[in-house]
Amino acid sequence: MATTTTTTTATGKQKRLAKRKNHDKWGYVFMAPFFLFFLAFNFYPMFYTIYLSFTDLAGWATEANIVGFRNFQNIYNNMLFRRAVSNTFILWVVNFIPQIVLAFLLAYWFTSRRLNLKGIGFFKSLFYLPNIITAASVAVIFSSLFSYPRGPINQFLLSGGLVDSPVDFFRSVVMTRLIVSFIQFWMWYGQTTIVLQAGILGIDENLFDAARVDGATDWQSFTKITMPLMKPITLYVLITSLIGGLQMFDIPYLLTGGGPQQSVETMITFIYKQAFQGGRNLNVAATASVVLLLMTTAFSLLVFNSFRTRSSKQIKKGVK
Amino acid sequence: MYDTSNAKKLKAQRTLLYVFFGLLTLLSILPFWIVIVNATRTAPQIQQGLSLIPRGNAWNNWTFLRGRGFNILQGYGNSFFIAASATTLSLYFSSLTAYALIVYEFKGKKIMWGLILMLIMIPSQVSIIGFYRFIANIGLLNNYIPLILPAVASAPTVFFMKQYLETIYHPALVDSARIDGASELKIFHTIILPLMRPALATMAIFGFIGSWNNFLLPLILINERSMYTLPMLVQLLTTDGYRTEFGAMYMGIALSIIPLILLYTFLSRYIIGGVTAGGVKQ
Repeated sequence: MATTTTTTTATGKQKRLAKRKNHDKWGYVFMAPFFLFFLAFNFYPMFYTIYLSFTDLAGWATEANIVGFRNFQNIYNNMLFRRAVSNTFILWVVNFIPQIVLAFLLAYWFTSRRLNLKGIGFFKSLFYLPNIITAASVAVIFSSLFSYPRGPINQFLLSGGLVDSPVDFFRSVVMTRLIVSFIQFWMWYGQTTIVLQAGILGIDENLFDAARVDGATDWQSFTKITMPLMKPITLYVLITSLIGGLQMFDIPYLLTGGGPQQSVETMITFIYKQAFQGGRNLNVAATASVVLLLMTTAFSLLVFNSFRTRSSKQIKKGVK
Repeated sequence: MYDTSNAKKLKAQRTLLYVFFGLLTLLSILPFWIVIVNATRTAPQIQQGLSLIPRGNAWNNWTFLRGRGFNILQGYGNSFFIAASATTLSLYFSSLTAYALIVYEFKGKKIMWGLILMLIMIPSQVSIIGFYRFIANIGLLNNYIPLILPAVASAPTVFFMKQYLETIYHPALVDSARIDGASELKIFHTIILPLMRPALATMAIFGFIGSWNNFLLPLILINERSMYTLPMLVQLLTTDGYRTEFGAMYMGIALSIIPLILLYTFLSRYIIGGVTAGGVKQ
């Protein structure tokens, strides 16, 4: 008796399973467009780029010959590329440090129950505004605002008596770098503020209430509760910003074209110029792309790990 | 709870913060405002000094721009066509992909999900050289197809759609339709897509703006002047032809940013909401 019942339920289950499996084949059908277009427009170009980095394809040649690791040795000794790599990091660091500090302060003020500020939604939307404006337009705006000798900034500095003669900003390495970093800062601190604020609002209220009962000040709860719990989100913001920063192109390219003295030449401006200007060194550009890909992958893996630690910590420490 | 000195301190703190926020607000608006004002001034007026009050030279600046072959209307049209097509494709196929990932059980599903997560982190810029050669080999340079079709596989949109669908999907939603004999695709079209409207709206805004602002890809793929997108037209303003015609140059920049600023005044609530949701979930 017992055996027959199990068989009947098993067949019933099997039937249901068969029916579900019948549906499940639609999973492949619905995923197919994504997968095919991914293969054609992401996967293939990426491997084609990697392939080209091992060839001598340059100029108007149509045949590509495999040359082994020669391009990688060359790029290691390419002073301009090394400069582009270090510039990219300098520009990113100078923009990111003030950005994360300001974003943290703003997020703290926006969420403080003691301050209970009004109009936060209004301010947030204004701080975020520069982020949606075309980067190409932003670059041209700043290149005219800082232009020499009679751009708006120079006019302001002269009329305020802050300088005696107009400043040629884009002749100065330091000034040009500061302007590029400032633009990045200006375009992204609003976004970072919103992400951090959302993170703070996700922390369990009870933790703050308990701290208040124990006599902690606002600032103490911020540094002792909020900051440690925000570590994973901060790491996430840091790495996504870094990966975005590695792709910097529109702003430096349209602001000064990389100058003066290659001071704002970034990895992507280097790749673009190698491939599409002058000698059309597709092999050099492809090699630089592979270096960039390796860096990006390394940083992405860090994000994956931070995801993992974040979710396990959240459960332990009571983040919603 | 607070004594008077504390209350006073709090008030002073609040005032200071509002002043600071006001300054940051100015920082967000002033660059754009200066551009818009200068677009209405003559070159000598611009040379004379900074002003925040619009003047009456906008039409002359506009005619000068037109005379230079700066065809902004065509630029709007081109950018709109590309952005609208790419956004439509990405919304439809991303929802379909997200639906497949949530509703069905099939082999390789985990791998696909891992792949999508990887794709979010690795930007397409790293493979532009291969992409360019590939497009050149199949003869699609000076064509909008390579700017539109890749949107079918847009990993961040799939991610967002999956997160959203997870919160609203329940098997009961589709079971009765299945019993009625509706096809799986029909179920997706008539039941799931309408339910996803809020997520679709959010991603429509972000997808559209992203495509509209894209500069590097059209720059390497498009040579034909009449096919230039808006950011490519903006790039022309940095060339020598506008070295002395400041009014016209500012007019060109102003025209490139005004549609986005208008869009933002209507949609900023949804955009901020989207950034907030993305930040928490990612």
